[in-house]
Amino acid sequence: MWGVIYVLPWLIGFVLFFFIPLLASLRYSMSTIQANAEGIAIQFNGVANYIQALTVNTSFNRALIEAITDVLINVPLIVIFSLFLAVILNQKFRGRAVARSIFFLPVILASGVIMTLESTSLIEAVNQSSTGGSALGTFELENLMVNAGVSDWIVTYLSSAVDRIYQIVSQSGVQILIFLAGIQTISPQLYEASKMEGATGYEAFWKITFPMVSPLIFVNAIYTIIDSFANNAMTELIRDTGFVKFDFGLSSAMAWVYFLAIAIILVIVNIIFSKRVFYQD
Amino acid sequence: MTTSRLLSLEHWKGWLWAMIRFVLITGLSFVILFPIFQKVSTSIKAKGDLYSAVVVWIPQNFSIDNFKEAIRVMDYWATLFNTFALSATTTLLTTASCALAGYGFARLKFRGSNWLFAGVILTILVPPTTILIPVYLNLKSFDLMGLMTLITGKPVNLLNTYWPFILTAITANSLKAGLYIFIFRQFFRGIPKEVEEAAYVDGAGIGRTFSRIMLPNAIPSMVTVMLFSFVWQWNDSFYTTTYLTSSKVMSTQLSSLPYNLAQQVTDGAASQADPFYLSMIQDTGILLAILPLIVIYLFVQRYFVESVERTGIVG
Repeated sequence: MWGVIYVLPWLIGFVLFFFIPLLASLRYSMSTIQANAEGIAIQFNGVANYIQALTVNTSFNRALIEAITDVLINVPLIVIFSLFLAVILNQKFRGRAVARSIFFLPVILASGVIMTLESTSLIEAVNQSSTGGSALGTFELENLMVNAGVSDWIVTYLSSAVDRIYQIVSQSGVQILIFLAGIQTISPQLYEASKMEGATGYEAFWKITFPMVSPLIFVNAIYTIIDSFANNAMTELIRDTGFVKFDFGLSSAMAWVYFLAIAIILVIVNIIFSKRVFYQD
Repeated sequence: MTTSRLLSLEHWKGWLWAMIRFVLITGLSFVILFPIFQKVSTSIKAKGDLYSAVVVWIPQNFSIDNFKEAIRVMDYWATLFNTFALSATTTLLTTASCALAGYGFARLKFRGSNWLFAGVILTILVPPTTILIPVYLNLKSFDLMGLMTLITGKPVNLLNTYWPFILTAITANSLKAGLYIFIFRQFFRGIPKEVEEAAYVDGAGIGRTFSRIMLPNAIPSMVTVMLFSFVWQWNDSFYTTTYLTSSKVMSTQLSSLPYNLAQQVTDGAASQADPFYLSMIQDTGILLAILPLIVIYLFVQRYFVESVERTGIVG
């Protein structure tokens, strides 16, 4: 009874601003919508919008595939990177407080507008080319690794990671926080005991830290996926179709295909993790 | 004693690791801070320094003209006030409504509450783009189940007002609200049941227990949610550029900054504008937009980091 009262504000909002719009969006995606003076006229037309999005529209497939590959490349990098940094930031060293506040700064600064404006900034571009850019730095490394017999695919992946370092750092603030909080809940006795037994720091990480934070790897993977899907070229395209071209039907259909793609990825991630995650209780 | 220390492998390993750690952290901090430094350096340069080959970081002629220009084009002070008012309002309302919902889901179980919580998770998972158009149309002719027509005779247009943000904030459905409900629920679940039971035994009702016992305990998670909510609302370009097209808030001003600059700096003749000069003012504008956040962060960062660690964000 009391529970209902506490949840009620959310429930009203959920129905008004989420559930009804969600159903409406599904309906729009299967209709032709004509806006006129009296409001909008909705006419059912089946899957025509979906067909148009997938086969006729020139930019949809490309934007969708780009969004998905971007996520598939970034998620492992961000999760591994943020776990690594959380472990480092948890160690005791001088200037730890300063280092932490710098690494969480991207949580504050990461924003769609700022990112877009920066990518178009001329001054930034000029400065980057004058300092040699990042391509030169990784080129030597790439050669070295290819000569050492590392597979081409891995080399490309790693060097693209180096080139993306700013993007990765700026997207992993929240993830670092989550891992850091998780590591600090691990009881120190575990580490003491393992040290008595003669375990190295390396072993302690793989035998204690890693299993204990593995549920958070899952949480962070999901968070990263959702976060990187929230604002990209795809959402831009969906919005332009809706609010610039006023093709609400097509735009809704695109949004639903996009949502289904995300849902499939989330289900796959869930299946991968549900078998390997270690839960304490 | 000293020789044995010098020979000990452990000692050298520890030292080597400290070195690697130092290089890594310094390097990555540099990567994060570099764009900010660059903007600061750009913003205090005089126009002439742009082409001076001598000037890389420290300008030859300091000047605050860029700031003056950016402040004028962005209508900075009004924008700052609007953005602050909007972010502060939604932050307070969102925190309150999400705390209620989080507590309800964590402790006051009722029939179907698990299903409703699945709904919360769904709001996190569905991208906002999917429901943008219906919500937009709904707000354009807002008619609360015919209630508005009953009072005013016709639906109200809520676009370009703050109402969309206030309404979604009161009802815990604003930007990323699902995440905040989740954070609160995790936190309240972590508080021992005995605390509540003691309050009930002492004769406090559910409302009193919540406001007197649970909320004061929840301050760490409240700080987290408030900071996230404030910052994300401040930076949000997704909703603001859709609902608030003609209002002056930071993110709409930022996204229309390149256009406004080209218009105003050159009196409409965009082709004559020096792109480097425009870019310089644009960088100053970005700096001005994030400056208040950085200042706030400097004050709360210590408390913020500590509070997240105690939030129970961790499952």
